[in-house]
Amino acid sequence: MCSKNKVVELDDVIIKFAGDSGDGMQFTGSQFSDTSVNEGNDLATFPDFPSEIRAPQGTIAGVSGFQIHIGGKDIHTSGDLADVLVAMNPAALKKNLKWVRDDGIIIIDIDNFDNKHYKKAGYVEDPLNDGSLEGYQVIKAPITSFTKQSVKGLDPKVALKTKNQFVSGLLYFLFNRNMEQGKHFIREKFKNKPNLVQANIDVLEAGFHYAETIEAFHTTYRIISADKKGSFRNVTGNVAAAWGLIAAAEKSGRKLFLGSYPITPATEILQELSSRKHLGVKVFQAEDEIAGVASAIGASFAGNLGATSTSGPGLSLKSELIGLAVMTELPLVVVNVQRGGPATGLPTKPEQADLLQALYGRNGESPVVVMAATTPGDCFHAAYKASKIAMEHMVPVILLTDGYLANGSELWNIPDVDNLPNIKPPLAKANDSNYAPYRRNPETLAREWAVPGTEGLRHRVGGLEKEDVTGEVSHDALNHQIMVKYRQEKVQRIANYIPEQSIVGSQNGGKLLVVSWGGTFGAVFTAVTEMRKEGKDISLAHFDYINPLPKNTKEVLSKFDQIIVTELNNGQFVNYLRDNFPQYDYLKFNKIQGLPFMIYELKEKFNEILEEK
Amino acid sequence: MSEQNSHPEALTAKDFKSDGPVKWCSGCGAYSILNAVTSTLPRIGVRKEDVVFVSGIGCSSRFPYYVKTYGFHGLHGRAMPIASGVKLANPELNLWVVTGDGDSMAIGGNHFIHTLRRNLDMNVLLLNNKIYGLTKGQYSPTTPFGSKTKTSPDGTIEHPFKPGELTMGAEGAFYARVIDTDPKMMKEVFYEAALHKGTSLVEVLQNCIIFANKVHEEVTSRDVKEDNTIQLQHGKPMIFGKNNDKGLILDGVKLKVVKIGENGISKEDILIHDAHNPDDTLHYMLTRMTLPELPLALGVIRAHKAPVYDQLMEEQVHQAQKHTKIKCLNDLLNSGETVKK
Ligand code: SF4
Repeated sequence: MCSKNKVVELDDVIIKFAGDSGDGMQFTGSQFSDTSVNEGNDLATFPDFPSEIRAPQGTIAGVSGFQIHIGGKDIHTSGDLADVLVAMNPAALKKNLKWVRDDGIIIIDIDNFDNKHYKKAGYVEDPLNDGSLEGYQVIKAPITSFTKQSVKGLDPKVALKTKNQFVSGLLYFLFNRNMEQGKHFIREKFKNKPNLVQANIDVLEAGFHYAETIEAFHTTYRIISADKKGSFRNVTGNVAAAWGLIAAAEKSGRKLFLGSYPITPATEILQELSSRKHLGVKVFQAEDEIAGVASAIGASFAGNLGATSTSGPGLSLKSELIGLAVMTELPLVVVNVQRGGPATGLPTKPEQADLLQALYGRNGESPVVVMAATTPGDCFHAAYKASKIAMEHMVPVILLTDGYLANGSELWNIPDVDNLPNIKPPLAKANDSNYAPYRRNPETLAREWAVPGTEGLRHRVGGLEKEDVTGEVSHDALNHQIMVKYRQEKVQRIANYIPEQSIVGSQNGGKLLVVSWGGTFGAVFTAVTEMRKEGKDISLAHFDYINPLPKNTKEVLSKFDQIIVTELNNGQFVNYLRDNFPQYDYLKFNKIQGLPFMIYELKEKFNEILEEK
Repeated sequence: MSEQNSHPEALTAKDFKSDGPVKWCSGCGAYSILNAVTSTLPRIGVRKEDVVFVSGIGCSSRFPYYVKTYGFHGLHGRAMPIASGVKLANPELNLWVVTGDGDSMAIGGNHFIHTLRRNLDMNVLLLNNKIYGLTKGQYSPTTPFGSKTKTSPDGTIEHPFKPGELTMGAEGAFYARVIDTDPKMMKEVFYEAALHKGTSLVEVLQNCIIFANKVHEEVTSRDVKEDNTIQLQHGKPMIFGKNNDKGLILDGVKLKVVKIGENGISKEDILIHDAHNPDDTLHYMLTRMTLPELPLALGVIRAHKAPVYDQLMEEQVHQAQKHTKIKCLNDLLNSGETVKK
């Protein structure tokens, strides 16, 4: 490092990269994440891309972003307001300025700040001179022109594709990051395009040297390392969910079959598993959502762990088939990556509004297990537990994640598959003379899994109501009631096999209990723990099992004077709790903007309630 | 040949007949189809535990309850994707799909075309009675134009599908057409379908005695049957008729019926049926033949050996497993960019 620079240590920093979809901001963000993980930081990231692949250049609609939060303490979210914003053009600045801290650093590509670009971004006044950037430390870097200079020989179109590396160079200098790790990332990513490796490295170095020579960066920063112990890697929620399914297949001795159809933001699950044939995974890209889940049920009937991945609109299409899995009492895991709805809604934005659909969106009395993942890394464990429940209890499980978890990433403590809890599916034994398709385990009420090909167990399943025990088609009135009750009771009894609901904070109760579920964990947990440090009487019950609810749910709710349910929808979990425990009063706090919660807005709301009292 | 290939246990039709009652209307054409199936199964050389029947919804889709095998009675239109999952999960299974003209041509139309183009190894029996039976008599996608049904009291105003045309349009590799009144032909064709690797689509013209009785009469009734149909056999000339004196020739780009011995036509001029030809042009023309100009084609019209999806998938998995250093999930989790602290 340049010795005259002052180096300041930081607990954590939030950086937002923003530019045109084609500017490579996702790449730069991933590269910076990778280096940070290597340098021992904890981190969480969140990409924010438009649903159009390449919207018109320079427009607000075309802005693609990548936020990264790195630090030495426990990082639970990709962060509220950015300390550093990189804006490759005026549109990126316009779209993101409101998400930058008042005294933050803004790095712009000055080459793109001209009247033509202002017009595209919808600026009437020149933002560099209208006072809107007052208070910020603005670095006007000639990113485009210097990039062109440093790769002169290259085809200009290709050259421009490397300008994200100029940005990386600036930031590697500003945050004292290891350049070798940055180069390593380039070499890995362009393994198959060796001609691009040197160009990108040249531009990375050019950015670094530019930063070294300009006055603007007289202060640089070092982010303290996290003191977590173990083996770690950076993982996104979708990849983690895919791996969780593979883990469950390995531990249960069943093969994994995924029948699915591409849909944003769940597609990476399908893609990740498609490249895991070497682990014995079979993936069937079906002709539609319905065929995807139908094939998963068929595979499950034939003895595989049948799974399907989807997002809200796809879950709607799969409803009838999920009902078939309820009726046939076969294992099925549905990973539903929630996005803004209804209809096509906000394909790339997170929301928690599929909860009621997951719970009730089928014809007839049709209970399924509903669970939710809490962080990108937790998607692994949630998918594992969902598969375990599906197989051991012979029941469909809907696992709810969301766009924020799916595409976001965190530093993840790599589990040892050998240490995961065992999975023992109730497989029927060959030639069991007492076998009956709907004979149930008296404890779990699960029926046995009799796999085609097994001698002596030929039987039929299907969507028509079945006679208790024998599984013959039955339209008998009383039998129907018995079977409806069995299916309900079987799901309820799963509460005996899941952990009790934990409380973050005052175990014996107190003034305010915050209730949340699923992907909002990071923000709500951070808000509550920060407020507790400030001495506030506030606790958190964050749910990941929704149907059935943990057995002690009522007890947890009963201990607090006030309960506030916060969720990214119009109030679905709160109504579910009202329905189950009508004896309590519930406040609610909802956000329906296709955006995750900000920590500050949660604290504001919780403080408001605590002060009212 | 099946006897040599088959398992030591000697199976008979009885091994596949279910113990429970069969609940189709008496006189329904499905009964003879069921009999032809149960007498075909013992001949194909598979263990009875390896046979699986999957169906959708409709009269025909009750089939799995009436054969003593593993069975899955699915949902409206969904038999084919359910069956695809079964087959991919365990390619050793001998898979049969039983569906109807409503189930596979209407609500399951999308699955029908995609399953055929993938060519998974399964045998599909499409019981075409040209009506919705189970819902009591509404027109289906194969109901003849103008037919009066419960939902077309003034006659239908839509053009019917020919399942064979759809099969070929969807890159299907095997297509056969049989009639429920001809057990001998059914048994022969079911057997061929079972041995064919890939999706074997057999359209069975089935009579619904209640809602569309005699809809296939012009090809089933004794006095006209031989003149109105042609039973195609691979490698044999396309000759038909009561007196075996009619044949098919190509006249320009059209098929034409000729009389042997008339206008200088001899046996040698008659087309020879080549079901194995990868090019489906002629198969398609044969499938389209309609009365009164041309006889209805029966038998195995197309049986082309095409790559089979489930075998290809097994092969890809096998190759991937052979060539990887990452053998289990722990290997994967600890590969690539990780840090130890
Ligand atoms: S309604 Fe028709 S197709 Fe259905 S069982 Fe009766 S006769 Fe057969």
